[in-house]
Amino acid sequence: MTLELNDPKSIAEDSGSGSVFTAKDRLTAFFETWPPLVLFALFWIAFSAFVVAFAPLIAPYDFMSMDLPSRLTPPVFFGGVWTHPLGTDELGRDVLSRLIISIRISVVIAFLSTLIAATLGVTLGFLAAYFRGRVEQLILILIDAQASMPFMIIALAVLAFLGNSLTLFVILMGFYGWERIARIARGLAISANEQGYATAVRDLGASPWRIYSRHILPNIASTLIVSMTLNFPEVILLESGLSFLGLGIQPPMTSLGNMVGYGRDYIQSAPWIMLAPSVAIVLTTLSISIVGDWMRDLFDPTLK
Amino acid sequence: MLRYTLLRILRALITVTLIVSLAFVILRLSGDPAIIILGPEAPPEAYAAFRTNWGLDQPIWIQYLKYFGAVSQGDLGNSMRDGRSALQVVGERVPLTLAITIPALFLKILIGLPAGICAALYRNTYIDRLIMTVSVMGFTVPSFVLGLVLALIFAVKLGWLPSGGSDTWQHAILPILTMGLIGAAVIARFTRSAMLEVLGQPYIRSASAKGLVWREVVTSHALPNAAIPTLTIVGFMVGSLVAGAVVVESVFSWPGVGRLLVTAVANRDLAVVQVILLFIGFTMVFANLTVDLLYGWVDPRLRTKQLQAGS
Repeated sequence: MTLELNDPKSIAEDSGSGSVFTAKDRLTAFFETWPPLVLFALFWIAFSAFVVAFAPLIAPYDFMSMDLPSRLTPPVFFGGVWTHPLGTDELGRDVLSRLIISIRISVVIAFLSTLIAATLGVTLGFLAAYFRGRVEQLILILIDAQASMPFMIIALAVLAFLGNSLTLFVILMGFYGWERIARIARGLAISANEQGYATAVRDLGASPWRIYSRHILPNIASTLIVSMTLNFPEVILLESGLSFLGLGIQPPMTSLGNMVGYGRDYIQSAPWIMLAPSVAIVLTTLSISIVGDWMRDLFDPTLK
Repeated sequence: MLRYTLLRILRALITVTLIVSLAFVILRLSGDPAIIILGPEAPPEAYAAFRTNWGLDQPIWIQYLKYFGAVSQGDLGNSMRDGRSALQVVGERVPLTLAITIPALFLKILIGLPAGICAALYRNTYIDRLIMTVSVMGFTVPSFVLGLVLALIFAVKLGWLPSGGSDTWQHAILPILTMGLIGAAVIARFTRSAMLEVLGQPYIRSASAKGLVWREVVTSHALPNAAIPTLTIVGFMVGSLVAGAVVVESVFSWPGVGRLLVTAVANRDLAVVQVILLFIGFTMVFANLTVDLLYGWVDPRLRTKQLQAGS
């Protein structure tokens, strides 16, 4: 495609400008605003979103249906057949179908959890910024305590004591990263309070609720969205880690970590069971991190 | 300096209190602690003794205080599996975990620090891009995936190293490598941004303006200042020497604290889980406190500035 564009004739036809250099510059300019890696990441995210939305429709088989005679079939280019493009597992379940459902479950859990973390973080951050004094000190102590403990240990302890259910698991994941969002929300709200617009609406008699929800929140939303985006892949990693250990999503449900977890037992005879979900995890977390970093650079005026 | 130290110690104590409270709350939320700690098959006298000992017949706030008493005396119940003291069960796994996490920590620093400094000094060149791309991979590849891929290559395909267990020193190589590579990516990224921040400071410009050789500027002006933020992340890693190996130990069936925690959670051996939670909490708080105090010692500005900011 690049070759074609470098050909002066086709560029002249394409752009209609008649100058080779403008078209070339346009191409460079395009890749400067949209770096190839970011494009690839956005493409993968769009693709995953599609998979999440239409998972049961695109999955060629039911993810739980077993087919024992054709178990441990390798993927299509490694001696397998097109009926199971990514091969089958030890019970003859189609790896592609399981992968599609797993992506859906992992992404939905990460999304819900990030929403919970953001709500909790923004609420506590705003409360700290509004009340200051003792309330703020208390919230800061909570933030410090949360930040000083590895979250995985807390999650494991809670799962041990309270048992595992899907609701509890999502709520538990929702506690991941709230402290970072709270810290950012507090800092931004405190500095926003000192800006003209907040003072203006306050002098007009707006209630604190109105000032925070209708004026401060929209103004700091871009930074918050970036930190939520960066939280998202970490939740996927945490969820897949716990599911890998067999302590997260429980069978017959499946998630990406879950698939890697049982695929591990077949690492010698059927490595594709474990590699397919691994690639999906890495591509997803990598894409979201790339887009998150890119958005942060776009939104952060200090970097320009 | 005294005030700074006291304030830090006070905050560490508050965090310890919060962690013990968390353990108390989830312990109480999960049902009758006597059954949970002693197991369902203990004799009734043991339950009765436990209940009076921990004051379970008294108001909740007295129970709360008694729980602190029990924790401070190390009276944390017995493991459900073999009836030994949970503290002892956890204690004998600690050296095994440290045997892989300490070499991994050295590996992280040994790779991460030079890589980060290099990336910052050659900013926006191919060296920088290469290091940062590898580093981003380290952030986004889960440790169990990296561990399994390494096992697939070095144990299954090449047959050079064993894939699981702890019989010989060769068994430790893959776990150390897995943790080391991922940690190195984190350190490299941190060091790079710390270095870039320092290199943009006016005193670096003055140093090169007064005619210092660039090497001299870097070693005597940039590096010491960039060391301070890097210290935080290394401190966190020291604190998680015990906690950081949960997944990797499970991947390689390494019988350390992390593996013990996972099996204890799966079997609901709650006394053991509780001991590990508290133990890791205490080591983290202690490591953070040490780093904070080191911080104040390395950087005199922090002693005064952070006090005023109050955070």
